[in-house]
Amino acid sequence: MSHVSALVRPPLVTGGKSYHDITEDISRQVEGKPTRQWWIVFLISVVTLLYGTACVFYTWWEGLGVWGLNKTVGWAWDITNFVWWVGIGHAGTLISAILLLFRQKWRTSVNRSAEAMTIFAVICAASFILMHAGRTWLAYWAIPIPNTYGSLWVNFNSPLVWDVFAISTYFSVSLVFWYVGLLPDLATIRDRATSKVSKFAYGFFAMGWNGGAKTWARYEYVSLILAGISTPLVLSVHTIVSFDFATSVIPGWHTTIFPPYFVAGAIFSGFAMVNNLLLIIRYTFKLEDYITIEHIETMNKIITVTGSIVGIAYLTEFFVAWYSGVEYEFYAFFNRATGPYWWAYWAMMTCNVITPQLFWVRRIRRSLAATFVLSVIVNIGMWFERFVIIVTSLHRDYLPSSWAMFSPTIFDISDYIFSFGLFFTAFLLFAKFLPVVNMAEVKAVLKGVSSDYPYKKKVSAAPSERIVRPSFNKDSE
Amino acid sequence: MDTNKRFLVGVYDDEDEVLAAVKQVKKSGVNIHEVYTPFPIHGLDKAIGHPRTRLPIAAFMFGTLGLACMTALTIWTMGYDWPIIIGGKDFIALPDFIPPMFEFTVLFTAFGMVFTFFITNGLWWGADAKMFDLRTTDDKFVVAVDLGKNRLSEAAITQAFQESGAIEVNVKEIVKH
Repeated sequence: MSHVSALVRPPLVTGGKSYHDITEDISRQVEGKPTRQWWIVFLISVVTLLYGTACVFYTWWEGLGVWGLNKTVGWAWDITNFVWWVGIGHAGTLISAILLLFRQKWRTSVNRSAEAMTIFAVICAASFILMHAGRTWLAYWAIPIPNTYGSLWVNFNSPLVWDVFAISTYFSVSLVFWYVGLLPDLATIRDRATSKVSKFAYGFFAMGWNGGAKTWARYEYVSLILAGISTPLVLSVHTIVSFDFATSVIPGWHTTIFPPYFVAGAIFSGFAMVNNLLLIIRYTFKLEDYITIEHIETMNKIITVTGSIVGIAYLTEFFVAWYSGVEYEFYAFFNRATGPYWWAYWAMMTCNVITPQLFWVRRIRRSLAATFVLSVIVNIGMWFERFVIIVTSLHRDYLPSSWAMFSPTIFDISDYIFSFGLFFTAFLLFAKFLPVVNMAEVKAVLKGVSSDYPYKKKVSAAPSERIVRPSFNKDSE
Repeated sequence: MDTNKRFLVGVYDDEDEVLAAVKQVKKSGVNIHEVYTPFPIHGLDKAIGHPRTRLPIAAFMFGTLGLACMTALTIWTMGYDWPIIIGGKDFIALPDFIPPMFEFTVLFTAFGMVFTFFITNGLWWGADAKMFDLRTTDDKFVVAVDLGKNRLSEAAITQAFQESGAIEVNVKEIVKH
């Protein structure tokens, strides 16, 4: 067995870490007391969450009339926020599933927090689905269960029902994937724990993991198959989200380009969010040796690619709207760019198409400050993209007499703030109580990716034992 | 009645070394109980002689079950139990049912496979970890040999461990009541 990486590949773990160093560095923040920075950010998040929760309850109590919706614009911030959060969620699965299939070793130090982000982002997205249902307590009507209304079933022809299945499957499969990956690391924490409480708590969730070779062999198959099924799953989720629009007859929504364009946009915004979170984690937990500039740069490259795909999609969409010769279709697009919501359209264009192109410059791509700022801008742009798609397509509908504008009320804004409180509270709890880097996976690739591997022995395989035709799950041979 | 089991435990500190050691120790006729490592080592299960896992087969069957369930549910509810004309489509508009059918295939595959994985490995919430050495979840690689299931003497196995580069050889007794 060899651990050969091409010489052109920069190291992904710096500082000459040993296996034990990895355990120490990553477990430190789990075992120690939370830092002051953590407390400050956590308290802000909790206060935000409490304020948001109160507003969400008020929304439920009073009904959706507290939002700025009117009879022309029946979807606005609710679905914008939903699609935005689901999109953000996509990066985690992309990193953990698709990059696993592509054998990208750099995923090992970022997959844990990216998957956590996915799970919390999907929870935030789901909260908007529940909110926009108005009578949230009746949300279970979307599930096909026998009922007392003459066993009237859900409409399986409807993309909204597909969405229920897609989002719930996506959430639960991501959660399982994340949890299985956590088992070895929970066991590590359990075996280092000194207090009774943490020994019990981590031991309970580590499920008696002991790292036997048989277990590991099965674990690898489980990861591989989960990755294999999560890859089409993640693509299907945003495809189905786009079907919510694309299968309608609203000019501006009724386009076949939506599925690929939504998926690219989702990965685009998700990686931007991963970048933001990782930069914060890297700084506060001092993980510069694990989350290196190379990781950041790689993600910036993905942002550039997906951002360019999104840009092409915007232009294609516009071109086809004109080329189709359908007056109504073209008007929807022309109105987006030049109508009363021109500022939203151009905010979207600037943030998603123009500024990410700065990442072509190596200096910018490798600058932490620039990465952080540009990633925030990407997510602002992606929020505007969904706002533009939803609101500008609706606000000038078939009868000019019913044309209207949408202006958010304090509850539109507060319910959006709620999701930030929820997301950051959950993420901070994760960052404190669980290892933010997958220790076992980083150790497994350490020999191939470390800048300065400290271990003395490298036993090279006898020629007869070398694998000439590597099978599909033999990673590093 | 107490039955005591005695294990001889060889501790290694390098992944390549432990893989080579397993092959070497096995060649000298030692029957290895199991090897415990902090991370997966490719080819280790094969070197010990563990049979290939059948988990993928289980996963496939769970997936098929999920597909069958959703196919049956959609066709029965939409086509037979309460047919409604929607958008002029057929009652059983199969292409429309593909998204939920696909999602259920994935859902059943994931949950079925993962719970099979838990059960076959004796993993469950709150289960006791049977550890030979606590350092195996940190940076040590441990080869455990059940002395009761080996014809070779303790000394011979110890020697085999040491010759293959073990940094420590310990005896571990597991007491069963």
